[in-house]
Amino acid sequence: MNPLTVAGLWGAAAVGLGLYGMIVSPQPLRRILAFDLLGSGVFLLLGVVARRGAAAGFGGDPVGQALIITGVVVAFAATALTSALWLRLFQETGSATLPDAEGTGADAGAVDSR
Amino acid sequence: MTTWESFDIVLAVLVLPLAFWTIAARETFVAVVSYVAYGLLLALVWVRLGAPDVALAVAAIGSGLSGVLLLGTAARLRDVEEQAAAARPSLLLRVIAAVLSVTVAAGLAVALQFLPDPAPTLAPVAARNLAATGVGNPVTAVLMAFRAMDTLLEKVVLMLALVGVWSLAPDRVWGGRQGPRHQADPQGMLVFLARLLPPVGVVVGVYLLWVSADEPGGAFQGSTILAAMWLLAMLAGLTDTPPVSSRRLRLALIAGPAVFLLVGLGGLWLGDSFLSYPAAWAKTLIVVIEIGMLLTVGLTLALLVAGPPERSARQ
Repeated sequence: MNPLTVAGLWGAAAVGLGLYGMIVSPQPLRRILAFDLLGSGVFLLLGVVARRGAAAGFGGDPVGQALIITGVVVAFAATALTSALWLRLFQETGSATLPDAEGTGADAGAVDSR
Repeated sequence: MTTWESFDIVLAVLVLPLAFWTIAARETFVAVVSYVAYGLLLALVWVRLGAPDVALAVAAIGSGLSGVLLLGTAARLRDVEEQAAAARPSLLLRVIAAVLSVTVAAGLAVALQFLPDPAPTLAPVAARNLAATGVGNPVTAVLMAFRAMDTLLEKVVLMLALVGVWSLAPDRVWGGRQGPRHQADPQGMLVFLARLLPPVGVVVGVYLLWVSADEPGGAFQGSTILAAMWLLAMLAGLTDTPPVSSRRLRLALIAGPAVFLLVGLGGLWLGDSFLSYPAAWAKTLIVVIEIGMLLTVGLTLALLVAGPPERSARQ
């Protein structure tokens, strides 16, 4: 088992876990977290590809590595914006979950009436 | 089995449960803490993948700063935690989601076995042109010279995200200060650390930028540390966020991209194309751009964590 295999399998597992979390988590914050986990898996897969491109005395393909750094920063910006959006929505509606697809806000009602 | 092989396996065994717990934990708070620990261990994997620059970025931004942000959000949502967790989807949906996720993960794992061999790479091209940029770290050369356009646009994305966060302010505090005003025990540990650490942190942040010319480091990693120091002082109540209507703040926020754009346009004028640096000046121009970037990105990252304006400017 070389580090490439380990990191590759791990990246694939993180993508799978993140995808599952994004689908089933009722809380938006957990979905954001799951999205970040999915993103970390994608970065790892990209890192494996960059590492395989090691040549000319570099530890990996520097273009791939730079792309990952850019991606990490943009993912953080997205996390910050989405959690601010969610907090604001929470302040407005007081609902712990997102309204359902029909836009009736039934989830909020169901939760409050418990 | 060599030491490194066992290290990789131990790492994998440690990290996968953390990733799992990030999704499975009942409390969001626990999930975020797992994610932060996961991100820190992930940085070790990046070192093993021969990418120390990425390791620094993942540890600082992906784990540290995201962690602070998500912990803050989770703390505000604590009261509705149980209600929200009760709204779990049906078993059928969860089974379908699990099947789909396992399929995607397995597909990716299989696809990795069929990557082209020899792997396509731009490393030789980067190595050939490295001398023209005057920097020795190939990743910095890619970020600041070969693909400078990406970095410029990335800074614009950061600024747009901050404008988005600002615009979530309720009407009555429009243009006010971001986040709550923090108070801490003046004799407490937090205030002590907030006085002790920032001088060290500022030096480390600037050092990371400076050293990134030839060694692992970078402007983003350095600015994250500066942002963390400012946030620490804010959390300890030693300083406050500036009102978002402040002209000085806005000028500082556009300084980085403005310097970058000016240098880029100068390339159009004096050199061959947009963002081309004259070879004799390349290193100097890169350092100038990076210093502007350190200031702007540091401010932007910290203010992104601080959240939307919550108080009027006078408070």
